[in-house]
Amino acid sequence: MARAISTPRKVTLTAVAWIIGLLIFFPILWTILTSFKPEAQAIADPPMFLSFDWTLENYAVVQERSDYLRYLMNSVFLSIGSTVLGLLIAVPAAWSMAFVPARRTKDVLMWMLSTKMMPPVGVLVPIYLIFRDTGLLDSRVGLTVVLMLINLPIIIWMLYTYFREIPGEILEAARMDGAGLKEEILYVLTPMAVPGIASTILLNIILAWNEAFWTLNLTAANAAPLTAFIASYSSPEGLFYAKLSAASIMAIAPILIMGWFSQKQLVRGLTFGAVK
Amino acid sequence: MPTLIRSLLGATALTAIAWSAAAQQTNITIATVNNGDMVRMQRLSDHFTQLHPEITVDWVILEENVLRQNVTTDIATGGGQYDVITIGQYEVPFWAERGWLMSLDDLGEEYDVDDLLPAIRSGLSVDGTLYASPFYGESSMVMYRTDLMEAAGLDMPDEPTWEFIREAAAAMTDTANGVYGICLRGKPGWGENMAFLTAMANSFGARWFDEDWEPQFDTEAWANTLNFYMDLLTNYGPPGAANNGFNENLALFQTGHCGMWIDATVAASFVTNPEDSEVAETVGFALAPDNGLGRRGNWLWTWSLAIPSSSDAPEAAREFIAWATGPAYLTLVAETDGWANVPPGTRQSLYDNPAYLEAAPFAEMTLRSMEVADPQNPTVDPVPYVGIQFVAIPEFQGIGTQVGQIFAAALAGHTSVEEALEQAQELTTEEMEAAGYL
Amino acid sequence: MATQHSRTAARGMIAPAVFLLLVWMLTPLCLTLYFSILDYRPQSGTFDCCEGLDNYVRFVSSNAFHQSVLTTLIMVGGILVITVGGGILLALLLDQAIWGRDIVRILVIAPFFVMPTVSAVIWKNMLMNPVNGLLAHLWRFFGLEPIDWLSQLPLFSIIVIVAWQWLPFATLILLTAIQSLNSEQVEAAEMDGAGPLDRFRFVILPHLARAITVVILIQTIFLLSVFAEIFVTTGGAFGTRTLTYLVYQRVIDSQNIGLGSAGGILAVVLANIIAFVLMRIVGKNLDA
Repeated sequence: MARAISTPRKVTLTAVAWIIGLLIFFPILWTILTSFKPEAQAIADPPMFLSFDWTLENYAVVQERSDYLRYLMNSVFLSIGSTVLGLLIAVPAAWSMAFVPARRTKDVLMWMLSTKMMPPVGVLVPIYLIFRDTGLLDSRVGLTVVLMLINLPIIIWMLYTYFREIPGEILEAARMDGAGLKEEILYVLTPMAVPGIASTILLNIILAWNEAFWTLNLTAANAAPLTAFIASYSSPEGLFYAKLSAASIMAIAPILIMGWFSQKQLVRGLTFGAVK
Repeated sequence: MPTLIRSLLGATALTAIAWSAAAQQTNITIATVNNGDMVRMQRLSDHFTQLHPEITVDWVILEENVLRQNVTTDIATGGGQYDVITIGQYEVPFWAERGWLMSLDDLGEEYDVDDLLPAIRSGLSVDGTLYASPFYGESSMVMYRTDLMEAAGLDMPDEPTWEFIREAAAAMTDTANGVYGICLRGKPGWGENMAFLTAMANSFGARWFDEDWEPQFDTEAWANTLNFYMDLLTNYGPPGAANNGFNENLALFQTGHCGMWIDATVAASFVTNPEDSEVAETVGFALAPDNGLGRRGNWLWTWSLAIPSSSDAPEAAREFIAWATGPAYLTLVAETDGWANVPPGTRQSLYDNPAYLEAAPFAEMTLRSMEVADPQNPTVDPVPYVGIQFVAIPEFQGIGTQVGQIFAAALAGHTSVEEALEQAQELTTEEMEAAGYL
Repeated sequence: MATQHSRTAARGMIAPAVFLLLVWMLTPLCLTLYFSILDYRPQSGTFDCCEGLDNYVRFVSSNAFHQSVLTTLIMVGGILVITVGGGILLALLLDQAIWGRDIVRILVIAPFFVMPTVSAVIWKNMLMNPVNGLLAHLWRFFGLEPIDWLSQLPLFSIIVIVAWQWLPFATLILLTAIQSLNSEQVEAAEMDGAGPLDRFRFVILPHLARAITVVILIQTIFLLSVFAEIFVTTGGAFGTRTLTYLVYQRVIDSQNIGLGSAGGILAVVLANIIAFVLMRIVGKNLDA
């Protein structure tokens, strides 16, 4: 409903919006700045904003201490893997809920959401025992499955709401033309739901990337993603602000950049059926 | 989408190749804390793999609390994720009793087990068998700024009393310039504020339990301890003391905000290192304070390496531990990083080494502190437990952390000392009853 | 339109998801239920059956339990108020034709991409530290005594940190909803002489009801299990021990798996009660 507004009002609104936007972004900006400071200047009083001796040393130190790439690759593998796996299971499920609704569809959906309500630490020991006995501890495959299951209810819900908005007549028309179930999903439904699916993929990647309980507790050396990387820096030691900032930025930069580039797609689909 | 799947498959194939290449070798996974000495060990581990080309090493370096959580879960369930774990003295007795740790009695000739400091060795042994090998050991002592002490017109004795500490803290505090007379641990946790407070309580004649495992927080000795501690920190301590642990105080001391700091002896090498510390030239050391009751407020702790019984490569793990905690490692660190950075507090030979004594002005005080610490008889009155700043029973970690939170809340001004002690007494009694001690 | 054939196919298609989630839910749940009636303390070598409901009684009767439920409700409630309220205002603002709207939107959604551990670490050290933190510098600049956020206002601080992370999520959903509002409706209201407040109350807010419902529902599910932010900042001290954190302390710190499992079961039950109540209150909005 963006409408033409008078210029003075636009100036005021722009100023307010920018101030709020910068305030919200400020903690990240400050961390980025600090990560380029020498340690001593990171805690200077009064704080230094731009006039410090820019350096890449902190990044070098962090990289020397931990093999960043290995953690990064694991994060990428886990978030993409769990998303792909999740879609394979969620798309058919959401399709059937949207187009062949049963009496209990709503209840099933809510039940699925309720599986997210167990505090993870409450089931840590059982899951750990199961993983031990199946040899899945510290394996990317095992963790991918867990992350997929954690986010599955959310994916199904999102897809369900997109699919439901697709008019049934189109499907019927396709059926008249002799389309089978497979064709119907592949050639009719999926293209129409692309914005929704894109948004679902993005949200799922973000959630998987940032999951910090299972990724920390079920991994050791092989499957550890960036959440474990940051856990080796989260406790300060000596002068540490700059190095901590560098490690933080390294952990969030990939997902932040991806998010910024794809924000249009993310925003367009992030409705959960809230928009009629 | 197909490209995505292809690249995923590609990644899997690559990993598979990497795995099969590694299979001809023994791979060990080492879990350790992110302290400076351990990070150095990781950096120097190339020397180990050169000596043992058949062994490859994977590192899991985590912040202390996360590490303890992961290692405990793994060892309690026999998960077998780690071949070498870093544990404190606290866990060794009951983990060994459970059969979760492998004996380390045969680390080889070069390891020279008799060189280990007796107090350290006995803390890591059960019935004379060594179950963990000390990587570094520490006691606690007073670190103070000689320049500020002089300006205050005071002279720090080698064996100060708590009363002197209070006097000096008052004289050194200069809030306007951001100088606080004393920095102490306030951050809640059994290994944070409770380590300090438990050791301090020993010197005030207090104890956690009497001989029948009755909690003792309702005694006057504990009230004195906590009141004195609160008085020091609220009047002469830095703001936000209730969130300061070892690392936070280290940063404060290094940046010149503390007049005195009573904490781990290993901090001495950090505060005297000119690269990290702005006050490196003006630091003095003294024994932890006492009240003339025969016990000082210092503790004894070791970070040590052990092998879980669930390890699938115990031989390689043994090789690594013999290397990392053997005498040759000290020489290696001395060559690469200088004597002052050698992990201290484990071996007598280090304190007989003139090169070390010269490079480390804190060496003598560290050794003296460790010598006056007696984990077998930590308190003035007799107790049924072992351990100075902890009680070596499995329940202590949970109880200690919760009591630590109660005391930290008092320090932050949320409750009074009386209320805090009452709550601590109630909680501890409840937990000990549940655990079957009472 | 559903034929018998497509119904069967539909059941086949939903089956994998239902089956997997059922396994994922039931296996740990059953094991946890089993553990919860044991005296299971691995470090003491205790694994005794059966304690009956002892663990439940102990968990519920301790002071910590009531306090933690209250803390959880305050925390979740506080975060919801901030994110929904702030989200509506931000969404209204971002809906205006301002200069550089895309960039402002990028700035606003950034916190959503920050992993909880990192955001806790940043807030704790860079901003809220009473000596070197930026807020302390700001306070001193105005001649005020710096606040020690994490011990003086611990729960509030955690609410702020978590709300900062979730504000973008709420804003985005609400923004999409506002943008779908038919501008003719608003203009019509304007013609009728409705002031901005009336327009908001009678046109925009009703339109947002559904989106608000969704935000509350999804966030509640995630917020009930907030962990990393508490673990990193206060470790559950100073009255910030939520139910999830209490379970953590029982399982990990005290290594009392039986007691912790009982707590875990109770947490699920309570979470489901909250969800059920939420559904009853707002569920109407979710119907097609």
